[in-house]
Amino acid sequence: MTDPVFQLQDVMLSLNGNAGLVEILRGITLNIAHGETVALTGPSGSGKSSLLMVMGGLEQATGGSVRALDRDLSTMNEDALARFRQGRMGIVFQSFHLIPTMTALENVATPLELAGTPDAFQQAEEALKTVGLGHRTNHYPAQMSGGEQQRVALARACAPRPAILLADEPTGNLDSVNGEAIMDLLFNLRDQYGATLVLVTHDPVLAARCDRAVSLADGRIA
Amino acid sequence: MSLRLAARFARREMRGGLRGFRLFLACLALGVAAIAAVGSVRAAIEGGLKREGTALLGGAAELDFTYRFATADEQEWMAARATEVSEIVEFRSMAVVTQNGEDERALTQIKGVDAAYPLVGDMVLDPEIPLDQALATQNGVAGAVMERALVDRLGLTVGDAFRLGTATYRLSALIVREPDSAASGFALGPRTLLRRAALEGSGLLGPGTLYNSKYRLGLPPDTDLETVKKAARLQFENSGMRWTDARNGAPGVARFVERLSAFLVLVGLSGLAVGGVGVSAAVRAYLNGKTEVIATLRALGADRATIFQTYFLQVGLLSLLGVAIGVTLGAAAPLILSPLIEARLPIPAAFAIYPAPLAEAAIYGLLTALAFTLWPLARSEDVRAATLFRDAWQGARALPAPKYLIVIAALVALLVGLAGWFNGSWWITLWTLGSIAVALLLLALAAGLIRWIARRAATLARGRPRLRWALAAISGPGEGAGAVVLSLGLGLSVLAAVGQIDGNLRNAISGNLPDVAPSYFFVDIQKDQMPGYTERLENDPAVSRIDSAPMLRGVIAKINGKPAREVAGNHWVVSGDRGVTYAARPDPDATLTAGTWWDANYDGPPLISFATEEAEEIGLKLGDTLTINILGRDITGTIASFQEVDFSTAGIGFVLTMNPSALQGAPHTFISTVYAEPEAETAILRDLAEAYPNITAIRVRDAIDRVSSVLEGLAAAVSYGALATLLTGFLVLIGAAAAGAEARTYEAAMLKTLGAPRRMIAGSFVLRAALLGLFAGTVALGAGILGGWAVSRFIMETSFAVIWPNAVLIIAGGVLATVLAGLGFALRSLNARPAQVLRSKE
Repeated sequence: MTDPVFQLQDVMLSLNGNAGLVEILRGITLNIAHGETVALTGPSGSGKSSLLMVMGGLEQATGGSVRALDRDLSTMNEDALARFRQGRMGIVFQSFHLIPTMTALENVATPLELAGTPDAFQQAEEALKTVGLGHRTNHYPAQMSGGEQQRVALARACAPRPAILLADEPTGNLDSVNGEAIMDLLFNLRDQYGATLVLVTHDPVLAARCDRAVSLADGRIA
Repeated sequence: MSLRLAARFARREMRGGLRGFRLFLACLALGVAAIAAVGSVRAAIEGGLKREGTALLGGAAELDFTYRFATADEQEWMAARATEVSEIVEFRSMAVVTQNGEDERALTQIKGVDAAYPLVGDMVLDPEIPLDQALATQNGVAGAVMERALVDRLGLTVGDAFRLGTATYRLSALIVREPDSAASGFALGPRTLLRRAALEGSGLLGPGTLYNSKYRLGLPPDTDLETVKKAARLQFENSGMRWTDARNGAPGVARFVERLSAFLVLVGLSGLAVGGVGVSAAVRAYLNGKTEVIATLRALGADRATIFQTYFLQVGLLSLLGVAIGVTLGAAAPLILSPLIEARLPIPAAFAIYPAPLAEAAIYGLLTALAFTLWPLARSEDVRAATLFRDAWQGARALPAPKYLIVIAALVALLVGLAGWFNGSWWITLWTLGSIAVALLLLALAAGLIRWIARRAATLARGRPRLRWALAAISGPGEGAGAVVLSLGLGLSVLAAVGQIDGNLRNAISGNLPDVAPSYFFVDIQKDQMPGYTERLENDPAVSRIDSAPMLRGVIAKINGKPAREVAGNHWVVSGDRGVTYAARPDPDATLTAGTWWDANYDGPPLISFATEEAEEIGLKLGDTLTINILGRDITGTIASFQEVDFSTAGIGFVLTMNPSALQGAPHTFISTVYAEPEAETAILRDLAEAYPNITAIRVRDAIDRVSSVLEGLAAAVSYGALATLLTGFLVLIGAAAAGAEARTYEAAMLKTLGAPRRMIAGSFVLRAALLGLFAGTVALGAGILGGWAVSRFIMETSFAVIWPNAVLIIAGGVLATVLAGLGFALRSLNARPAQVLRSKE
């Protein structure tokens, strides 16, 4: 195995919910190699989305250590984590999560601007063309269908050509035709840029497209 | 059927409590409370004036004559009707005191009273001695009492001597409370009170001296004042008599209170309009949150009417609650603050709960709530069941159905109509409400403009993420730019307009005058004193100009044979007595605009030259006849010319000039203005006062200070009103920030996910708020300057210049308010963990 992109050691995550402290991740140890595609699978509530959030630095592990690209995410504060993601990580969500006050082009350009890319808007336009939305650059998210929004989200995640792509059930809110198109795009882009892809999915067919599937149950690797 | 069902749905919907409606309630309650409080204070003052009318007036009725005492016939008429009569004389003069060989002089308003004074109420003195004792003559020197301001000015102590004219008096006590002081109205100098008989031999009250005699009547308890008033009017027709009675004991104060409160209610209405913007935003936000519920109800078979009624009932109920809170606050605040308010009022007030002003405020509140909520409510009808599957308002109409637009227009018309009716002044009401409407329209257009500008500018801001995000947030869909610009903008517009008007008025009174205004007005100069007076001044190199003119006081009684009030209404020229002069030649500074001047030696029937502007306002033409009552005698003259008279320079200006032979025979004095170097003023006053103790000098600077202090109080009252508007604006702003907090949190979470650190996001939030505030402040300033200019130009008739310090404050205030309101909520947004925020959106 080449140098691991992710090194997770006994990762724990507990959150305070209405019903008290809930243990979501209970000691996850996982390594993911550079360029690898990994599917996180498991039933609802098994902790796969939370694990993805911890890997993306959007959630701080409450125990254990999380290393990504040789950096210890568990010791970083929120701003350091945000800076770490710049140009290194692209994240795609089930609910697209586009910024509603920005057009498609502005949404895609934002991570490029943050990474200090000089021709951010030009590259964003290219990225939108790549996902087939070159004609909708000035449309707001509310003016687009779910499939189109997810394609914008995909373009946004991939535009800075990050080393890591994280996708949380990216087809969960789409019909099968759109879902399939999005997955084709995702894998094509990953192949194009050679990124490491971690994908949360319920779909066994999708999981089968990955190099490896890691199944979770009750916060542990099954 | 549908209404009952709607009521059931509404009840279920409201089980969630008042969350989301706090802003709605606060906006409505604050606006209603401000109007109710102003109305309650006004009612309390009016109640006090009514209750204390007799004491304020100093009798059940008063007959006032200018320039003369009542004739024997007139006195007989009074004695026949009254149980007791008290005679008073009032005029201005100079009080003089010699200390260390130096004379100190001060203007004073003298009141000469008889033994019957005061008919009602008590004079309170310091030391506490009876008035009789204070005014008694001891060792041949008559006693007098003075207000503290005058005593301090002259450096007197009780027991000291001072002079009025050529006579010497003894200060026997200070006036603590003068029961009938409010009836005298505005005075340029503090009071000196003494026996009228003691004025004999003072050289004051000579022929032509400007004075007023007042006869206070005690009437039997069951007297119908209206009947006596009519009888007096009939008896004293054209005698120049003015009638006042206990029903309105201090008419000047009552009129002032009425006008000020009418204006404050209008300022309050602008606050309510700002509140309306908040109310509308709250209903819009509430309904946006209910889109899914509405769509579900539609899917389950609810028709448009049921949906509309469901939410109309909720909003209606909340409006009633908001109005009730406002009315309660508005009624309670004056009661609670009554000791404070009473201490600052020179007149009595009867604090109580007055239903009429509360009802007025409640009606304004309900109509405003209805007018502002119908628009968003009407749009709830447009939510279709298909919304459950697609975005909410896609394809919905931009405007509500025409029937709602008609109802909204009718509500606004009703509001304006009622405001005019309650207010009594259609002109000011239409001006104010029209200005609010124009300001709202301008601000709505401005809100659209800033979004357009932000959209265009976003392209230029590429590469500057903070600015670009801020611009995107302003221009993007579903953002509160409109509510912020409207609410803050309207509040700031009112404050800006008030600031500009106030500043310009102050400038007009004090700032510009020194260049053109005289140093002194001298009045009551006898004809035989004129040569000596003129000689003293003409030989003084420090005096640059002297203007003198004969001065009589007269009442314009008839115009073309008809009672003047019938022809000219309430125009100031015909209400009360006016200065009248005569001249052989036209004033070289005046411009004759029509007609011709009489020959210098003309001695035919009386001819008149009248002020052009006032003639136009009244509708006078060349050849019209005017009957002027001077000293009880009617003189009828024909208008031969019109001339421009400039009243703004504080120089001599007469509305009415006659040919010399028409007036020369009547006893009269001269008025004179002196333009001198400031350092020479003291010597001029000393020399003239010593040579002619009867003449009165009014220092223009002192008069300006006195007027300015009255204006200061007025401006403060109006500023408080405007601040209430701004406070409502700030509430709406907070509401808009609160409504946008969720969007900000989401935006912050997304930006963090994409790699933005918190400082950068916070910077973008601050920029966004600052840009909106800057824009709202700038537009408000524009609207305020426009309003200020219009009021200064058309109502005050003063020149206008932008008061820049005030303007900068308005813009800075706008930026600060939006940044503060925005940041308060942004901090929470910034600290939320992205995973939690995004998870909650999944």
